[in-house]
Amino acid sequence: MGGGGGTVIPNFGQGDSCVTGDHTFCWGWVHDHWSDTLGPALWQHVELTLIAVAIGFAIAFPLALLAHRFRRLEQPFGAVSALVYTIPSLALFQLLIPFTGLTLTTVEIALVGYTLVMLYPNIVAGLRSASDDVIEAARGMGLTRMQILMRVELPLAVPAIIGGLRIAVVSTVAIATIAGINVTSMGLGYPIYSALRDPIPFKTEIYSAGLLAVALALGADLLLVALRRAVVPWTRAAR
Amino acid sequence: MPEAAEIVFDHVTKKYEGRDEAAVDDLSLEIPAGTFCVLVGPSGGGKTTALKMVNRLIPFDSGEIRIDGRNIEQLPLTELRRGIGYVIQQIGLFPHMAIGENIATVPRLLGWDKKRQRDRSVELLELVGLDASDASRYPSQLSGGQRQRVGLARALAADPPLLLMDEPFGALDPITRHRLQTELRRLHRDVGKSIIFVTHDIDEAIQMGDRIAILREGGVLAQYDTPDAILAHPADDFVAQFIGGDRALRRLALRTVGEVPLQALGTTVAAPDDWVASDTTVRNAVSLMLELKTESLAVKDGDRFVGTFRLSDVSSLL
Repeated sequence: MGGGGGTVIPNFGQGDSCVTGDHTFCWGWVHDHWSDTLGPALWQHVELTLIAVAIGFAIAFPLALLAHRFRRLEQPFGAVSALVYTIPSLALFQLLIPFTGLTLTTVEIALVGYTLVMLYPNIVAGLRSASDDVIEAARGMGLTRMQILMRVELPLAVPAIIGGLRIAVVSTVAIATIAGINVTSMGLGYPIYSALRDPIPFKTEIYSAGLLAVALALGADLLLVALRRAVVPWTRAAR
Repeated sequence: MPEAAEIVFDHVTKKYEGRDEAAVDDLSLEIPAGTFCVLVGPSGGGKTTALKMVNRLIPFDSGEIRIDGRNIEQLPLTELRRGIGYVIQQIGLFPHMAIGENIATVPRLLGWDKKRQRDRSVELLELVGLDASDASRYPSQLSGGQRQRVGLARALAADPPLLLMDEPFGALDPITRHRLQTELRRLHRDVGKSIIFVTHDIDEAIQMGDRIAILREGGVLAQYDTPDAILAHPADDFVAQFIGGDRALRRLALRTVGEVPLQALGTTVAAPDDWVASDTTVRNAVSLMLELKTESLAVKDGDRFVGTFRLSDVSSLL
């Protein structure tokens, strides 16, 4: 990018030539600033995501159980969970700030709202994935409603539930980046935000934080795939 | 638990909401302990409805069903169902459980210890013609026929005195179906349980049943008797039409040449090659005579010739 005397050196440590020249990617900078910038941002991001998905699951799961038990509730619950998702994330953060300020609470309320639309329908679909003949056989053998839920419907719902968690985790990692830019100084969005604020955005900082967010999403997704393989052996059993 | 149960339908009626015609109309039926009873009829005859009333998957409006004299509506629901083996066409194995666990479903509910559950699973796998090593496989790894064998083993697991079977072989290919039909007959002879078996296939009913209940549209019992009696004396035009025009030939299929009176050897000359085994059905023996253009066949029991079966003897069997 346009070098020369006009270049303003970003205010990060003692820049070497790579940094002062704003080359595409400076490993040295990443190394020097792992402990004071990237590392903490990454852990904050993990925290933001885990809290959001955990609370989202804690809300979506009982709602899905209720909707499964009382079919009439399925539509209204689904509509409410989808409603939040229709609000653009930037707008939602702005909507919440008057009430909860530039705080972690604001970020988490929004993030949790988004996870609901991904978790709730997947859990409901999972609970419904036991076919009618399986349920009929279970009833015919004298399993109670609770036994059917615990021994048949929930185990069979696990693949769909993990599927929902995968989508929720990956999207939350992405949306949490916007939260870091917009609301708090937390997560991988913040280094990107500060770099963008510089007169000449510092590329290495933007790229490294962005790549970390991608790696985090991929890593979490792989973990969930591995979890699925471990807990649902029957889907792997080939003919 | 008794080996077999007596089941009585006592003026049982069921009407589904919003339908004018009853699904089961004043059905009275006594099924003696140990009987293989087939409910057969066209769709709309209420045969599946009648079957599912016995384990109360479908409630009925009036009348009473008794198992060994006990009114099923006065038994605790889970106790009633755990005491009845239930086999359905779509089998309904639990896809997330290994075969052994599937079979041990009711024993587990009844609180048997693990070892007893495992031993019982293995015993049943062998009884239904599968291998003990299949216990650790999953349903998705089995063929349709193998799956239905597992379904049968699961129904037998807690040794119930009654089995309910809802078109259990309807989804199988003809060869597998025939094999399982034969084995179920053998199993019924060996374990001596009462079986109520639903089918829409009159051939299957005749082959399998000790007794056949023919239900017509509107859930009315048209005839309840042994296969031979129904074929010999259909109660009305509906039954006659339902069992088809070849009633006489079907009756011949119910008996083997070993079971009918034979001529002494040598009274008529049969070519030495023209013989049938004594467990051949009379129908097949007649078919063979027509094919060989002969009037008589020697009958062989093992290595020994026991008599001669003549075409002219056939009419006296009917």
